[in-house]
Amino acid sequence: MKNPAIPFDRGGTARFLPWLVALMVFLAALSLAAVMTLQHALEGWDASLSGSLTVELPPVSIPAPNPKIKTIQNNDAPPAKAGQNNDLAAVLALLRATPGIGNAQPLGRDDVARLIAPFLGNALSPEDLDLPRLIDVRIDAKSPPDLAVLQLKLIAIAPGAVIDDHRLWLDRLFLFARSVQITALVILALIGIVAVLTVMFVTRTGLLVHREAIELLHLMGARDGYIAHQFEREALRLGLVGGIAGLLLSGLALLALGHAAAASAFLGDAVNLVPALHLKGWNWLALAGLPLAAGLVAGLTARLTVLATLVRLP
Amino acid sequence: MSSFPAMVRFENVGMRYGRGPEVLRDISLSLEPGSFHFLTGPSGAGKTTLLRLIYLAERPSRGLISLFGKDLSGLARRELTPLRRKIGIVFQDFRLIPHLSAFDNVALPLRVAGTPESKLRDNVRELLEWVGLADKLDARPPTLSGGEQQRIAIARAVIAAPSLLIADEPTGNVDDAMALRLLHLFEQMNKLGTTLVIATHNAGLAAGSGRPGLHLENGELTRAPPPAKAGTNQGPTLTVAAS
Repeated sequence: MKNPAIPFDRGGTARFLPWLVALMVFLAALSLAAVMTLQHALEGWDASLSGSLTVELPPVSIPAPNPKIKTIQNNDAPPAKAGQNNDLAAVLALLRATPGIGNAQPLGRDDVARLIAPFLGNALSPEDLDLPRLIDVRIDAKSPPDLAVLQLKLIAIAPGAVIDDHRLWLDRLFLFARSVQITALVILALIGIVAVLTVMFVTRTGLLVHREAIELLHLMGARDGYIAHQFEREALRLGLVGGIAGLLLSGLALLALGHAAAASAFLGDAVNLVPALHLKGWNWLALAGLPLAAGLVAGLTARLTVLATLVRLP
Repeated sequence: MSSFPAMVRFENVGMRYGRGPEVLRDISLSLEPGSFHFLTGPSGAGKTTLLRLIYLAERPSRGLISLFGKDLSGLARRELTPLRRKIGIVFQDFRLIPHLSAFDNVALPLRVAGTPESKLRDNVRELLEWVGLADKLDARPPTLSGGEQQRIAIARAVIAAPSLLIADEPTGNVDDAMALRLLHLFEQMNKLGTTLVIATHNAGLAAGSGRPGLHLENGELTRAPPPAKAGTNQGPTLTVAAS
């Protein structure tokens, strides 16, 4: 049929449905993008930190600050007395001989300087501070070493040595990120519920506005499904139109947020805590599916609402 | 009383809307298949309510109604749909769908029943031609006169060749010539086996047809005044119960 039997263009509230759906898809797209971006960030943090750990050796006692040292020292390791470097060499030997450890490399002066620079600036050098000596250890993620055993062996060689596998920091970060993700998913679910309620309200209003045409079709022998299909088709159309508009708006907002995230990376890549807005191909597909989902939800809700109402007709 | 199942049968039917007074009281009637009845009565007598009960727009407050030999009280809601498709209705206010063309309005009962477009096109054109609206196929109802709208309403009611045709004042907005022409259409349908119930204020039309009538007054059915001429078809078996 070219025209639906029910004059939907004369119903008042249906005109607002695309705008409402657009707003809801806009919010849903932002929530979904947040969930997916955080997921990528979590995977990235996990991958970059799970394969490594840090061994901390107690700081050697540093003599009073002496500017000359900076010009003299430019080795891999921070300056230390020869005797105090013995435990470092022993620890390195132990680590490198331990199965499951791929590489163990003491952090050089420049690395340490770069680590403390964001917090203390460039005015101070590692030699000025009583810092622990750090060893960056790469482990085989498939067969990692037994860290409890390794810890005992390390203490035997270098009392006060500590293994930091980043787990505590990572767990707290994961907990926070997961909380944000769950919040976003709850928002997404709430948007879905609001969408369903909105379509129900609009459909019920439409049933009232078009009650004469509906009764006419009913008396002609139209089955409930025939009448419901007309509302379903109209709601699907309006939902798609609104959904596409909302998706376009959210695309612009996500681009703007992407620029904002990039601009916020003022601390450099190493300490950038704001996850960059990197969405993969399927993420964009999921976002593009939102208008379709909005249309289908609108159509199905309208159909069920009409069917539930028509039962009251004789 | 005929041994064949009645087309329409009312037994002590009463009807009230909500908690209001009874609009119809103790209506008992039996209309045989192929009969042709005029329903007369003053405004407010309950003619439209009686017709609404017959074309299944209402359920009675009490009493039993049978249509096509089936007791409605024993039918599930979805079982009423096939019965409705056998009933053609001409509404007093036409109830045309304003945004649909004359063609689409007339085609609606066939489309609702799932008739393919290829099969309905010629029938709809032919019928619209017959009621004198061949050049108004694409016209929207609001652009047509009252008489033209009424003819579309009648065409829509008869397009699916119903077994039972209910018409509420079908000749109210047409001139005498068109009224006679429409009456002739109803006669033709009756000869082909359609049962008709036509409510009208036009006592002359009812009397001129020679059909026995039903008369409704104050919600009660009484025998209609005797027809001016003898009818050729069988008349109704009418029972009026004391209220």
